[in-house]
Amino acid sequence: MSDEKPFVDIRHAQKSYGALEVLKDISLKVNRGEIVAIIGPSGSGKSTLLRAINDLDPLTGGEVWLEDTQVNKTLPHRQYEKHINQVRQDIGMVFQHFNLFPHLTVRGNITLAPRMLKGLSEEEANRLAEEQLDKVGMLERIDYYPSQLSGGQKQRVAIARALAMKPKVMLFDEATSALDPELVEEVNLVMKKLAEEHMTMIIVTHEMGFAESVCDRVLFMDQGVVVEEGPPSVIFRNPESERTKNFLRKHLASNKE
Amino acid sequence: MGLDFSVVPDYLDVIFLGALWTIAITVGAALLSFFGGIFFAVIALYAPILIRLPFRGFEWLFMGTPLLLQLFLIYFGLVQIGIDLPAFVAGVIGLGLHFAVYNSELIQTAIVAVDRGQMEAARTLGLSRGQALRKVVVPQAVRDVIPPIGNNMIALLKDSALVSVIGVTELTLSAQLAIGRTYRPFEFYVIAALFYYVINLGMEAVLRRIERRIQAAR
Amino acid sequence: MDVELMLKVYPFFIKAAWVTIELSILTTILGLICGSLGAAARLSRLKVLRYVGAAYVSFIRGTPALIQLFILYFGGPQIGIQLDAFEAGVIGLGVNIGAYMTETIRGAIIAIDKGQVEAARTLGMSRLQTFRKVVLPQAMRLMIRPLGVNINALIKGTALVAAISVVELTYTAQRYIGSTYKPFEMFLISGLLYMIIIYVTGRAVAWLDRRARIV
Ligand SMILES: Nc1ncnc2c1ncn2[C@@H]1O[C@H](COP(=O)(O)OP(=O)(O)OP(=O)(O)O)[C@@H](O)[C@H]1O
Ligand SMILES: [Mg+2]
Repeated sequence: MSDEKPFVDIRHAQKSYGALEVLKDISLKVNRGEIVAIIGPSGSGKSTLLRAINDLDPLTGGEVWLEDTQVNKTLPHRQYEKHINQVRQDIGMVFQHFNLFPHLTVRGNITLAPRMLKGLSEEEANRLAEEQLDKVGMLERIDYYPSQLSGGQKQRVAIARALAMKPKVMLFDEATSALDPELVEEVNLVMKKLAEEHMTMIIVTHEMGFAESVCDRVLFMDQGVVVEEGPPSVIFRNPESERTKNFLRKHLASNKE
Repeated sequence: MGLDFSVVPDYLDVIFLGALWTIAITVGAALLSFFGGIFFAVIALYAPILIRLPFRGFEWLFMGTPLLLQLFLIYFGLVQIGIDLPAFVAGVIGLGLHFAVYNSELIQTAIVAVDRGQMEAARTLGLSRGQALRKVVVPQAVRDVIPPIGNNMIALLKDSALVSVIGVTELTLSAQLAIGRTYRPFEFYVIAALFYYVINLGMEAVLRRIERRIQAAR
Repeated sequence: MDVELMLKVYPFFIKAAWVTIELSILTTILGLICGSLGAAARLSRLKVLRYVGAAYVSFIRGTPALIQLFILYFGGPQIGIQLDAFEAGVIGLGVNIGAYMTETIRGAIIAIDKGQVEAARTLGMSRLQTFRKVVLPQAMRLMIRPLGVNINALIKGTALVAAISVVELTYTAQRYIGSTYKPFEMFLISGLLYMIIIYVTGRAVAWLDRRARIV
């Protein structure tokens, strides 16, 4: 694994908001088809790191690479915009609060970007939408508006929307945190399916059980640094660091309540 | 002098034609105010500062002064710089711009209120800022303010009476023409008022239908 | 821009601005009276009064203020109402804005929680006492801002009386545009004066609103 060239490569990522240092020299390499979970307490910088990958929150230092392309390279504004819009088509992202476009139907949500950016015809885009919706089990809701869907259904549509761009990597930022407990499983199932298809994924999550069953590797972050990383079996059962142990203990306790 | 409505039927065709012009002006100005409002809102929020600031000044001036005064400015001002527009066109432009500023104010607030996640989700898919504004943010903002924009359009219908002052032969001026012949102001102004009232009811019905349709799409 | 001309004519505009201010104040007072009566009618227990109130609001808001003004000023003499232009302006505009204020005042009153009324009534207060001591003071606070919006519209609306030749700001601007052929300059002077009037009024309303909120 380690001799393979990394697919996503974050080198010495550094991010500050004024005096507040949110990411302190973080490096992370993810191989093609690998699934990495990021866990850690609130405010540790998980979202910031994830959002740096597609430059939604630009880093203040360090580099992000996707295959042979540097995502956050220095370019004049106009050229940079062109570059980043291109790169983002290859990076799917799923948000905690879905961010579906409420004025468009499910179909409209999914076909918008492929039609605008990839020049697909209406027919092609429709076929693509049907294909992706079928995959997440939402085909029969294709002409619904987001407001007519449950949270779990919304999130499945959001995943289909990202997949319709045929991304090389998928980023999930607490995709199930806003869902009622009984709706979590349907979204997890979709993500598991993607895992079986060897989609490269970086998943920020609070669900340790899911992380353990799906991911190849787990990163524990705290206060802007990666405290510990390794296979789930090690991180969850035999962590080295006191901070990891503490976090997991607290987390288990709060989940049992 | 007393009232005598018996002369009214002789001039009904004149009044009716005037009413049609009122509808035409209202529709024309309403369309201009709608699309102009969107355009103005985008300029007021996103144009480079050298355009944005003077533009905000212009908006401020238009919000703070009477429509009638603005109509005089546009009508006579255009003539002065050598553009001699027909009164109808000047009226549509004056009314349309005036209400575009009011609509712009509504749309600006709505754009700012659209959840940040919407822009982020669109950018994540690879849309540029302009594309995201055009396809995701602005349509949502506009949809959110359709009811108050509808109210503005009702106000526009009634304010269209003002263009009679710059010589557009719409409903009000048509009534005045009939009055000039018959010396029966009360009768004809009341008739004109009834016409306005009916058009107003029709317009409210149309707007309610549009609102319901949008509501259904939520 | 012809600044020299502007300096020459501006005193006439200032004089006209006072007429606009006078009109605005009188119209506001009449509007508030009509609005209060209208709201009382619309909230009355008597069906007839409710209908009268609703008809007032519907017809006034459903037709142009300019036409209403013309009916009063030009048509009035036919039914025995003789008014000079200024009087017709105040009455026409006051009755007009009163219909909008009716809805503002009514809206503020019905926005008061029904629990407030119930609480007062269980204490043994009469309907009228409840309204005067519990509902109205709270509604007053709610209505200041939207009434401010009505007044803002009213100030700009006073321009309509130019159409019946009351020598206020817009009429003055129109006359000087006609005699000087300087529409932009004349617009600027009168526009500025309107904005000063509106600004000062806005500050006054904001001040009232703040005070009402402290109580
Ligand atoms: N725009 C911003 N301005 C200032 N500080 C910010 C900003 N965005 C995030 N932060 C700070 O950066 C730190 C990391 O935030 P981040 O959202 O990455 O945490 P997280 O690990 O995702 O937490 P959570 O589990 O609550 O989502 C926090 O202390 C946060 O307050
Ligand atoms: Mg987060």
